[in-house]
Amino acid sequence: MGSWYWWMILGMAVVTYIPRAIPLTFLEGRELPEAVQNVLRNIPYAVLGALIFPAIFFIQENIWFGIIGAIAAFGIAFTGANVMIVVLGSIAVLAIFSVFI
Amino acid sequence: MDGREFSAGIKAGTSIAIGYFPIALTFGLLAKTTGLSLLEATAMSIFVYAGAAQYISLSLITAGVAPAVIVLNTFIVNIRHFLMTAALNEKMQPDDRWKKALYAFGITDESFSVLATQKGNKLSTAFAVGVIVIAYGSWIVFTAVGHLIGANLPQFLQASMSIALYAMFVGLLMPSMRGNRKVVSLALIAGLINSFFYFTGWLSTGWAIMASTLASAIFIEWVSRKGVKA
Repeated sequence: MGSWYWWMILGMAVVTYIPRAIPLTFLEGRELPEAVQNVLRNIPYAVLGALIFPAIFFIQENIWFGIIGAIAAFGIAFTGANVMIVVLGSIAVLAIFSVFI
Repeated sequence: MDGREFSAGIKAGTSIAIGYFPIALTFGLLAKTTGLSLLEATAMSIFVYAGAAQYISLSLITAGVAPAVIVLNTFIVNIRHFLMTAALNEKMQPDDRWKKALYAFGITDESFSVLATQKGNKLSTAFAVGVIVIAYGSWIVFTAVGHLIGANLPQFLQASMSIALYAMFVGLLMPSMRGNRKVVSLALIAGLINSFFYFTGWLSTGWAIMASTLASAIFIEWVSRKGVKA
């Protein structure tokens, strides 16, 4: 790659950093209207829903990986296991599944 | 810096590090086949640190797309972080602006999810730094390793590890969902709207996640407000 590559990286770094940094620094010490605060408090759970669905079903071309992986993750998490167990357990379930296909 | 908080952050961030492992490895490998040197590939992971945008940039480089367009595309893919860091700001302890500007660099979908779902009212800067350090470290190291070994994980491991980050999201969401209809509705509605965008192809992934998150968060706030009045 030529020198353009490094300029591109610089550009990518700047435009990725801006949405990360501006709210955290600009909003520091500012009190937002209560309605806005409430909406912001809802964001984490909504984000998780959008990050999980529908992408969890399409982790592999074979849709069964997604379906079985999703069932495993929700099943293990439902028992109250901590996050690490959910992650490792879901990987293990899919590893066993992939042996059989 | 509070060492105990920092270690707790490292511990909480370990599932991100595991989830990043196969993705960073594959990124390093793909970067190599795209023609990037070890230095160029690793530099992108160090300075940009954004999984989806990095993957897309590789395919755009291969397609011969102009660098300025790749930068613009990166911005569009990552614009959703505006929403996440605004939400995260409510959760973090007040601190010097320069400190917040520093750890802001490490906010990804994954570190945001881990931080925002922690119990307790205010999170310390040290905890956030711990989560970020282990996730960022994993991303950089395994990008380089993927480029160096130039081969992927065995197919069965690659396939089964691709569930890791999604399993982490599920594991983070579930404890809050228990007995809390509001959390269940927030996640389900956002997931449904996002699926709608996915299948219709009306919005690209970055916009779709942002739009469905906002729509769900505002809708639920509106509904619960009406519930209080009624």
